[in-house]
Amino acid sequence: MKAWLPSLLRLALVVLLVAFVTNPGWFEPLLKPLTENNAPVIYNQGSLLTLTLLHLRTVLIATIAATIVAVALAILVTRPAGAEFLPLSRSLVNIGQTFPPVAVLALAVPAVGFGEKPTLIALFLYGLLPIFENALTGLTTLPANVVEAARGAGMTGWQRLTKVELPLSAPIILGGIRLSVVISLATATIGSTVAAKTLGEVIIAGLLSNNLAFILQGGLIVAALAVLIYDGLSAIERYTARRMGREAE
Amino acid sequence: MTLRFDKLGVVIAAIVAYAAFAAPFATFRANRIVPGQARSILEALPATTGTLLLAIIVVAALIALFRTPLALRLAASVVALAALALLIGVAGTFLTPAGNTFARISPASGFWILIFAFTLLLADVLTRLNLSPLARVGVLVAVSAAIGLLLISGSWNDLSILKEYANRADSFWAEGSKHVTLALGSLAAAVIVGLPLGILCHRVERLRAGVLNVLNIIQTIPSIALFGLLIAPLGWVATHVPGAAALGIRGIGTAPAFVALFLYSLLPVVANTVVGLAGVPRAANDAARGMGMTDRQRLFGVEFPLAFPVILTGIRIVLVQNIGLATIAALIGGGGFGVFVFQGVGQTAMDLVLLGAVPTVALAFAAAIILDAVIEMTATKRRVETA
Repeated sequence: MKAWLPSLLRLALVVLLVAFVTNPGWFEPLLKPLTENNAPVIYNQGSLLTLTLLHLRTVLIATIAATIVAVALAILVTRPAGAEFLPLSRSLVNIGQTFPPVAVLALAVPAVGFGEKPTLIALFLYGLLPIFENALTGLTTLPANVVEAARGAGMTGWQRLTKVELPLSAPIILGGIRLSVVISLATATIGSTVAAKTLGEVIIAGLLSNNLAFILQGGLIVAALAVLIYDGLSAIERYTARRMGREAE
Repeated sequence: MTLRFDKLGVVIAAIVAYAAFAAPFATFRANRIVPGQARSILEALPATTGTLLLAIIVVAALIALFRTPLALRLAASVVALAALALLIGVAGTFLTPAGNTFARISPASGFWILIFAFTLLLADVLTRLNLSPLARVGVLVAVSAAIGLLLISGSWNDLSILKEYANRADSFWAEGSKHVTLALGSLAAAVIVGLPLGILCHRVERLRAGVLNVLNIIQTIPSIALFGLLIAPLGWVATHVPGAAALGIRGIGTAPAFVALFLYSLLPVVANTVVGLAGVPRAANDAARGMGMTDRQRLFGVEFPLAFPVILTGIRIVLVQNIGLATIAALIGGGGFGVFVFQGVGQTAMDLVLLGAVPTVALAFAAAIILDAVIEMTATKRRVETA
C-alpha cells in the first residue's frame, strides 16, 4: 500500500462528512432507495449539523470532566499518601466496568431528570474507567532510573510530577482518552432514549418510523466521527510517544 | 493501644454520616408515578428498630474509621449490609398503609449511599485479604444465596421494585431467559467463528491488518444504529431464502439483535486470539518443531494452551459487554431486560427501570467475577507448569 493512501482516504472522509452534515440534500438520491412510501429521506425534525455539533459537545464535556477526575485520582493513588487506596481503586475500576451504559443512563434519570444531564453522567462514569486505568499504568510503569535521576537532581514532589511523571505518561494517558472518546461517541446515541439532543435522535426516529435512511445517516455520521477522532488522537499519541521516547500502547 | 485513623475509613465514615443523618432512607409515594416524599431512618422504621439500625451503622462506621483488624472490619461491613438489606424490607411493610395496594415504598438515596459505603469497606477488606479465585467465587455464591433467601422469604415484598415484579412475574423470566440466550448465544457464535479467524490471522500475516481494521470499524458503529441497520438485510433474507423464516429469522426481533451482538463480539475474540498466539514464546514453538510435532499438534498441544488465558480475557470482555448491550435489543423488539428499562423510562416509572437494570448489572457483575477467577486459575496453572 502506498504511504499517502491512508491520508487521502482520511481527507476524503472529512470532506464527505462535512458535505453531508452541511448539505444533506446533495445525498438524497443515494439514500432514496432505502425509503418506502415516499417517506422523507433526510432527517427533517432538526438540522443534522446542529445535532452533530451537540453530539460532539456532549462527548467533549464528558471527556474533559472524566479526564480531569481520572488523572487526579490516578495521581492521588500513586503518591505515598494515597497508596492505601491503590488496590481498592483497582477493584472499583473493575467493578465499574461491569455496569452497562443503558443501566447507568436509566438510573440517572430519577436523580437529574431527562435530557442532556443523564447522558453526561453516563458518559462521564463510563469514560472514567479507561482513562484511570491507563493513567495508572502510565504512572506506575515509569522507568525507575529517570524517576531516581529527577529525585537526585533535587526536584520536589510537585516538580517531579509535572515535569517528569506526567509528561512521560502522557502518551499512555492519551491512549485511555482515545478509547474513552470512541466509547462515548457511540454511547451518546443511547442518550437520545432519554431525550438528549444527539445524533441518536436521528437513529431512533428511523427505528420508530421504520425508515432505514434515517438509521443509516445517523449511524454513519457517528461512525465517521469515531474513525476520524480515533485516527487523530492516535497520531497525537504517536507524536508525544516519539517525543517522550516511550512506546504507545 | 493508640487509635490511628484509617485513610479510607475517614472517607467511608464521612459518606456514612451524610447518608445516615442527612439523606432520605426511603421514599413514600401514593402511587407508582407521583413524586415521592422522603423518610429518614427513624421515620421509616418502628422506633426501636430504627434506633438499632442507627446504632449498627454508627458502630460499623467507627470500626471503619480507625485502624482495626481485618476480621473486625469484615464483620462490621457484613453486619451493616445485612441489617440494611433486612430493614429496608421492614421499612416497606411499616410505611405501607394497611390494605393500600397503590402506595409505593422504594429505597431512597440514603439507603443506596449506605450500601455503597459499606460495600466499599467490604471490597477493601476482600482486596486486602487477597482471596484465591475459588474463594472469590465462593463469596459470590454466598452473597447470591443470601439475596435469594431474602427474595424467597418475601421480606422485600412491600418494596416497589418487587411490586413491579409481582405484576409481571411471567414476562420477567421470559425476558430474562431471552436476555441470557442473546448474550451467551452470540458469545458462543463469536467464539466458534472468531477462534479459527484469529488463528488464520495469526498464520497469514497479510490477512491480519485487514480483518482487524474491518472489525474495529464495526465497533465504531453505535449499537442502536447497527441493530437498526440489520433489520433490512435480515428482513430480505426472511422473505427470499426458503426456510429462513421457519428458523425464526425475521427483520425485527431477536435475529438482528443476535447478529449485532455477534458482530460486536468478534473483535475482542479475534484480537485476543491473535495477541495470545503472538505471545507464545518462540522457544516453545521451536522445541515443539524439534520434537517433530506437526502444525496441527503444535497448535493444539502448545500454542493454544499457552495463549488460552489471553483468549479467555477476550471472552470475558465480550460476555460483560454483551450482557450490557443486550438491553438495547429491546428497542428493536428483541426482548431482554431492556424491555423493562425502556418501558420504565417511557412511563417515568423508575421502579420498572430498576426491575430491568438491577438484574442486568447483577448478571454482568457475576459473569465478570466468575470469568476473572477462571482466567486467574488458568494463568497460575500455566505459570506453575512452565516454572
